[in-house]
Order: sequence, then structure tokens, then C-alpha cells
Amino acid sequence: MDLKSVITWLIPLFPLTGWVLWGLLGRYIKDLTGHLASAFVGVSFILSLVLFYIVSNSHGFTATLYPWIYAGRLGVNVSAVIDRLSMVMLVMVTGVGGLIHVYSIGYMKGDKGYARYFSFLNLFVFSMIMLIISNNLLLLYVFWEAVGFCSYILIGHWYHKKSASDAAKKAFIVNRIGDFGFSVGIFLLFLTTRTINYESVFKIIPALPSITVTAIALLLFAGAVGKSAQFPLHVWLPDAMEGPTPVSALIHAATMVTAGVYMIARLHVIFSYSPVASMFVLFIGTLTAFLAAFIAASQFDIKRIIAYSTISQLGYMFMAVGIGSYTAGIFHLISHAVFKGLLFLTAGSVMHAMAGELDLRKMGGMYPKMKITALTFIVGALALSGIPPFSGFFSKDAILADVFSRGFYLSWIIGELTALLTAFYIFRLIFRVFFGQSNVDPKLHVHESPAVMTYPMVILSLAAILIGFLGMPPFDHSVFYNFLNVDFKNAAIFAPFVNNASWVILSLISVLMGLLGILAAYILYIRKSVSPERVKRAIGPIYSLSYHKVYFDEIYDFLIVRTVLGLSTFFWRIIDDAIIDGAVNGIAAGFAFFSVKVKRIQNGMLMSYALTFAIGVIALLFYYFIR
Amino acid sequence: MDFLLSHILTVLIFFPLVSVGVLLFVDKNNEGLLRNLSTILSLVEFLISVLLFIYFKPGTYQFQFVERYSWISSFGASYFLGIDGVSLFLIILATLLTTLSLLSSYRYIKEHVKEFVILMLILETFMIGTFASLDVLLFYLFWEFMLIPMYFIIGMWGTGRRVYAAVKFVLYTLSGSLIMLFGLIYIFILHFDQTGNFTLNIVKLYNTRIPLGLQILLFIALFLGFSIKVPVFPFHTWLPDAHTEAPTAGSVILAGVLLKFGVYGFFRFGIPLLPEASIILAPVIIVIGVIGVLYGAFVSIVQKDLKRLVAFSSVSHMGFIMLGLFAMSAISIDGSILQLINHGITTGALFLFVGMLYERAHSRQIADFGGIARKAPILASLFMISVLASIGLPGLNGFIGEFLILIGAFKNYMILTIFATSGVIFAAVYLLWMFQRVMFQEITNPALENFEDMNLREIITIMPLILLMVFIGFYPVPFLDRIDPTVVHFLSQLNRHAFTLGTAAKIKGMSNA
Repeated sequence: MDLKSVITWLIPLFPLTGWVLWGLLGRYIKDLTGHLASAFVGVSFILSLVLFYIVSNSHGFTATLYPWIYAGRLGVNVSAVIDRLSMVMLVMVTGVGGLIHVYSIGYMKGDKGYARYFSFLNLFVFSMIMLIISNNLLLLYVFWEAVGFCSYILIGHWYHKKSASDAAKKAFIVNRIGDFGFSVGIFLLFLTTRTINYESVFKIIPALPSITVTAIALLLFAGAVGKSAQFPLHVWLPDAMEGPTPVSALIHAATMVTAGVYMIARLHVIFSYSPVASMFVLFIGTLTAFLAAFIAASQFDIKRIIAYSTISQLGYMFMAVGIGSYTAGIFHLISHAVFKGLLFLTAGSVMHAMAGELDLRKMGGMYPKMKITALTFIVGALALSGIPPFSGFFSKDAILADVFSRGFYLSWIIGELTALLTAFYIFRLIFRVFFGQSNVDPKLHVHESPAVMTYPMVILSLAAILIGFLGMPPFDHSVFYNFLNVDFKNAAIFAPFVNNASWVILSLISVLMGLLGILAAYILYIRKSVSPERVKRAIGPIYSLSYHKVYFDEIYDFLIVRTVLGLSTFFWRIIDDAIIDGAVNGIAAGFAFFSVKVKRIQNGMLMSYALTFAIGVIALLFYYFIR
Repeated sequence: MDFLLSHILTVLIFFPLVSVGVLLFVDKNNEGLLRNLSTILSLVEFLISVLLFIYFKPGTYQFQFVERYSWISSFGASYFLGIDGVSLFLIILATLLTTLSLLSSYRYIKEHVKEFVILMLILETFMIGTFASLDVLLFYLFWEFMLIPMYFIIGMWGTGRRVYAAVKFVLYTLSGSLIMLFGLIYIFILHFDQTGNFTLNIVKLYNTRIPLGLQILLFIALFLGFSIKVPVFPFHTWLPDAHTEAPTAGSVILAGVLLKFGVYGFFRFGIPLLPEASIILAPVIIVIGVIGVLYGAFVSIVQKDLKRLVAFSSVSHMGFIMLGLFAMSAISIDGSILQLINHGITTGALFLFVGMLYERAHSRQIADFGGIARKAPILASLFMISVLASIGLPGLNGFIGEFLILIGAFKNYMILTIFATSGVIFAAVYLLWMFQRVMFQEITNPALENFEDMNLREIITIMPLILLMVFIGFYPVPFLDRIDPTVVHFLSQLNRHAFTLGTAAKIKGMSNA
């Protein structure tokens, strides 16, 4: 193995070792666990930077560790693909992941499951790294489920709460529904291409009939819909907020939920050869972006608002990869990871000060008491709202400009409306939490969080201000585009990024939308020239639809949960107990009836019957052969 | 060493009986010695079986460690032993699970300890004998003898309606076996008519030419014998009763080893003896298998008793294995055989955990539990790994087997495979829901306040299984290397026969998949 490969495998090795160490030794090293776990991810981050440097100055490569499954014609290795795409993702995951580890040292202080928490946080980072560098679909699938498992454990970290353990289970099962499609997609891919290695697959895809490619792409996309919480499988993500807030930041905002976007970018050859599937991705992305923002606008739980915001922003990313604008999708993925991670960490800081309170009706006027939190939150919110020069402006605009210039005007309009809603819901949150009159329980002593929490917040807000410039418009002349787009050169049928000279006008419209949203929130919650109650009454049913989250949970409970339970009980009580066992015991009873006449032989020991039976059979057998 | 290796199968079959001879001399009141000695002797047996793995040559389908002595020459019965890549692992599984079962019973079995350990070791002899026999008569004798110790283990050390369960178990399986026996005898006679030689050598009997109509009748006879053992829906109803009432060790052996004989029977006898009928009836069996996958999963969801839940989950898992075997592609059969081993490991572990919960709380009702994770973190972690293995989480053993079965079966049975794949969702539903209600949330039952975590003996019992789950998940190659050549040969034999059917092209396509 050469040096590059050694570095490659050291990156996941550190957090993997961490998982085992903290799991076994956590109870002895106690508070040091958090520091050591953060240091391990830090080492992975530094190694990722080294590898990033190596790759950006030369070509990507494949590093094989060992042969994994060999059966019949199927051969799969544990192998890594290191190229610009995986390096961008690796640096983001280990960087943001490392900061969230550090933040957790303060946030989880004194928790009973401190060691378990860091152990699984490390395992998550390991699994996410492996998911990114896998060079075949099966290995991807393994870590796709592994990140889901870590998410299950971490959502259920406070498992003594029913709501937390329910949410964990829901996340796992809903993801499994998506993964059911994903695995059938792998079967179909293997059946038609006889391989599951990316490189070999990509060579064969162009020769396949487009209906096959479409079927494969749609099935794989089902997995992405589950993992990245897109409609209609988004229902697990808001509930996942039952987990500790840093977990929401890392897993349910910055990294794991973006795996679906990454998967499509990684498999862009498959998706780009199926215009139908790509259009479907665009459709789901657009729908999700809008509906999630629509729901977020009326919620009162600050974490759930940000969770719906994540769903909505993921929708933008799917719009991008749906139109074949993979580089823009990944750019928004990175910039979103930074500002959404930031928003969750700051929300966690608010919760920390409020002793776990999440209802924004019980907050207000907190700005003077926690200025760092408030200011960094506002940086994150401006980035989310797409106000220049914050990163979200550049990344979201790269997507919307491209949607427009490729002629998907309806998607573009919905995207702009979503931008308006986005700015509204996030500033509604800011105005009601940090400004206006205080509704805080007077017994609570609201205070700024410790430095170990605020430093990561400050670093992330600096990043949220700076990284946008990597995608300075026009996007197809930007640093980021030039760096990454070479990895997507095999995406065939889509026209390359057509830069429209009107990008300045498009940007202005987007910024205007953001400002309008902020203004609406300002009028409602600061100036109060229009009362929110009046608006609520004016739009009646629309408001209830938003407030009740479009009734998805209720519909699923009625249609699926009850049906499955009813069917199960029917199978058990009627088919198994009544019909099959009824028949079996009926036959037995029949024999018993006739055997009354030979009762004298009976000695009451049921065991001896069976023994006699067996011996009799064998005796008969011997007789037959020896006679 | 050479002598040992050339007679290793005989040694493996009879060493447990020799152990029984030793144990007979121990005073029945000296329970500690009986437990320790039986465990140590079974451990020696396990270590001998590991030699099989070490000296087994991978990359060939030939039977290895063959021993053959004439026995009853008047009708061609011989003492004929040998193993291939399939029976190799099943034997090691049997010796491992016997040791672990004995180790797990220190607390559970309080009465008649001497009888218990002796019956367990006798059972071990019969199990290994069945897997190692290549002579039909020898196989059948071992096969039927297995019922006797199992019957007593359920009937004497079981709980609740144990006698009902034991009798149901014996009568159910015995009635199937008798019909199977008639089938085997019929083939034996046909072979004599065709060649003028009496033989019970299974490899020679493979060459019997049987008209298709008759093959189908014979297949149905053999099917009844084997599918009750598997068990295949709708012949499964003895299983939940037997499992629920059996002591932990009985459940472990029943699920871990005894259920494997049904599938093994199809692999060694049913399909190679009656290849054309197997090919023609395969779609029917696959339909039944897939029904079993979903039916077992659905019924598991609403179970209230932990053991019954695990028992029904076995019905679901065995459905996957039947799908893989009868899909008749190299990948899917590799997966089925690997999944046989995996199911033994995983379900064995699940029953051990249910046993530990029962020993502590004296209940198996899910509703009586809750909140145990905080009291017993080690138990919670290791139980969780076993549950995840059963769910088929990638990175653990169950995934590899299920994935190979499904990807291999997909080509010829696309729709049915998709149905079977959806069973993976339901597995997550019933197992995670169970786990949540047992381990998570707050403690509500005051009897659980003093719940103890696992002790050293219990950790030692469970660790080999946990390590195997992880090992097979990450590195199944040592297993597949030995299974694959056997399976490829199995399929090439099937192809040879398939020519007479005119379905050769179809089968050829299958074997390449």
C-alpha cells in the first residue's frame, strides 16, 4: 500500500478506534472522553486536509483494503474512491463533525450517557467517512444503513423517554422503507450490468435501454427520499429532534441527511442518462422545498422549525441534482452544512440557557443576555435567507439561476416563493426568541453558554460568511465550480451550465424575496402593526394545514400502522391459531377418539408413545431390509 | 494426528457418547461437577470440530474426511461418512451451540442435572451423525434418533404446556419423516431395479433415473418430511409451541441446529435425487417461502411473548433461506447456506438473551419489561447487536446472507424477490418495537428494580456468537470460499439432469447468475 492509501484508511480508522475505546473505557476515563473523541476526529480532519492537498494537485485514485464478498459471479472489495468530490465531502464532514464534537463537550456535560454519546458520535463520523469513500454500491449501502443506525442510537440517547425511543424507532423504520427501494435498485443494477462497482457500472450505463436506467435511478432515489427526508418520507426528521441538539446539528442537518444528495452526485452517470428520473428528482425536490418551508412558518418548537428548514433546503439540493447541476447541488450541500450546523448549535445554546425549553412562545428578549448566541444565530439566519454576502446567497442562487436558465420556470417560481417563506420563518423565530418582550419563566437564569460551546459557533459563523465567495457568481466561473465540475464530466445528456447573462437580475429577485420575508416577520412580530392572530384568521384552513404539518402523521397512522397491526392479528389469531392449529389438533383428536378402544395399552406416559413409535419405525425398517 | 484426521468424523460423532460414559460415573448430586465436566467435554468436542475447518481444503467440491466401511452388505448399507463445504459449517455450528447451551444452563436447569447434560450430549452425537452421513440408512437413523433427546428436553425441563408442546413436536415431525422414509425406500428400490445392485450410498443413488410423474410424487413425499422440519408455512405451528415451552438450551439447539436439517435435507437429498421435479416445483416452493417470509414477520409484530416472537421470526428467516435455495442460482444458494449458519448464530443468541431475561424476571411477556437498559448496559448492548444482526443490518452477518439470497433470486423471480425484500422492513418493525418495550423507557415493573447485568459466565456464553456476527459481516470470505465450490458443483449436477427436461437453457442461466 502506498502512502496515499495509508492516509486514506487512517482517516476512518481514528473514529472507528474511538468508538471501541470509548465504549469499553468510557466509564474509566470519564470527562476526558469528550476531549479525546474530539481529538480523534481532529486527526481525521487534518489527514483529510493532507489528502485534499494531494488530490487537488494530482489525480484521484482507488485504494483497496481487502476482498469482501465473493460468491458466484459477484465480487466486491472494500475499496475507496478518492477524487475531488469525496475530498470536498470528507473535509466538510470531519471539519463540521470535529467542531460539533467540541461543542458537545460543553453541551453534554454531566450527562449519564456521556461516554456512550461520544462513542457513537465517533462511530457516526467513521460510517459517514466510509459512506463517502465507498467505491461500490454495496459498500455504500452498508454505511448508508450504518449512519442510520448511529442516528437511531443517538436520537434515542435519552431512551428512558418514550418520545425519544419512539422517534428513534420511527427514524429507523421509515428509512428502511426507502432502503427497500434502494436495495431493489441494487439488485436491478447488478442484474443488468453484472457489477456494482461505480467505474464498471458507469461504462455500461450508456448502452442500457433508457427504461432500465430510469427504473434503477428511481429505485435508488427511493433510498435518498428516506435518508434525506424528502416528501413523502420526511416524517421521521422532525421527530428526530428528540435527540441531543448537537446530534441534530451533525447528523440531521450537516451530514447524514445530505447522503441522498451525495449519492445522486456520485451516481450522476446513472441519473443523467435518465431524464425521466432526473425530472422526478426535480419534482420531489421542488415540492419538498416548498411544503417544508410552508410547515415551518407556523411551528412553535424552535428545533422543529429548523428541522423543517433542513428538509426544505435539502429540497433545493435535489432540485439542483435533478436538473444535472451537480456542482451547484454539492456547493449548497457544503454551505448548508455550515450554516445549518451553526443554527442548530445556536439553538442548542438557547436550549441550554432555557433548561431544555423549546417553545418560542415562552422566550423573547433574550438578546442582551446572550449576545454571542444571538449574533451567530443571526449570521446563520441571514445565510439561510440568502442575503449577501452570507454563504446561502451564493449557493442557493447558483441553484435557482441554473433552474431558470435551463427553462424550468415553474420550479424557479416555487423556489423563489420558498425563499420568501424561508426568510419569514427564520426571522419570525429570531424576533420571537431574541427580541420583543420577554415571556421567559422568571425562575430561569438565562446565561451565555461556556466558551467550549461558543467557539465552535463563532468559527462556523465565520465560515458561513466566507465560504460563499468560493462560488462567486457567475457560478460557472467560480473557484468551486472549476475545482469540482471536472468530476461530473461524464454526465452526458444534460446541457452544461448555461450561464445566463441575466444572473444579476435573478440574484436581485432572490435577495428581494429574502428581504420581503424578513420584512413580513418584522411587521408581524416587532412592529406589530398587523397582529398574527388576524392573519391566522384570514387564511384559516391554510394555517391549519401548515400547523398540522399537512396531516402526514395522521394519514400514515390511519392507512399503514392500523392496517399492518390488523392484518398481523388476523394472521395470528385466525389463520395460525384457529385454522392451522385447529386442523392439526382436530386430526389429533380424531386419533384420540379411535384410540379409546386400545386404551389398555396406554400407561399414561406420553413420552413412551413417541419412543415406542420411533423404535417401531426403525424395527420395521430393519425387518424390511433383512427379511 | 494423521489417525485422528482420517477418522475425525467418527471421533466427532462418538466423543459425546464417550463423554456420556464418563458422566455416568459422576454422582448425580454433584451438580457442579456435572455442569463443569459436561461443558469442558463439549468444549473439547468443539475444538476437535475446529480441526475440520483448519484441515478442510477450500476450492473443491469433493467430500472430505471420508470414512467408509461396509455395514449391512446384504442391502448395501455402509458406514459412510464425509463432509463438503456445507456440512462442514453445520457441524461446527452444532458443536459450538451445544457447548454454549450447556454453559447457559447453569442457572436455568436446577433439577435432574445429570439427565439433562447426558441428553444434550446424546443429542450432539445424533446431530453430527446426521450431517456427516452419506449413507441413507445411517442418515435416517440419526435423523429420527434426534427426536428422542429433544422430546425429553422439552417435556422434562420445559415450562407451561410442555408435554403438549413436546408431543406436538414429535408427532408433527415424525409423521413427516415417515412419508419421507417411504420416498427414500422407493428410490432405493428403483435404483436396484435399474442396476441390480443394492446401495444406500447417496452419491450413487443420485444416478437413479426416475420418470417425471413419479419424481413429482416422490418429491412431495420428501417435501413433507423436510418442510415440516424447516418449518415451511403452513407446517410451522409446532415451532412456536416447542420454542415457547422448551428450556433455553432446547430453544437454542432447536432453532440453531434442528431447523437446519430441513434445508440440509433438500440440499443433500431432495433436490439432487429428484432434480427434474425440483426444477418444475421450484416456483411453487418459492411462493410458499415468500409467503413464509411475510407471514412470519406479520405474526411476529403482534406477539406478546418474547420466545414466540423469536420463533415466528424464524419462520420468516427460514422463508428467505428456502427462496435462496430454490431460486437455484449460485449466489442465492451461497446466500442460503451462509444464512443457515447466520440464523443459527443470531437466533441462538436471541434465545440466550430471552433466557437471561426469564431467569431474572421470571416472565417472558414483553409487557412485564421496560427500562432494563439503564440497569443492565452490557446486556442491552449485546442484545442490541443480536437484534440488529437479525434485522439484517449491514456490517453484521445477517445482511450478507439476505443480500446474496435476494440479489441471486432477483433474476428469475423478480416480483417474488421484491415481496421478500419488503420483509426486511417488517423485521425492523417487530424487533425494534420489541427492543424498545423491553429495554428502553422507564422501569414500571417493581420486580425489575434489582435487575442484574450479565455475569462473566453469561458474557463468555454470548461473546463467541457476537464476534461471529461481526466477523461474518465484515469478512465472509473464509465461509464463502468453502461453500461456493460445493454449491457450484451442486448446480452443475442439476444442469446435467435438466437436459432431459429441455429446460437446460433456463437452468444454465440460473447457475451463472
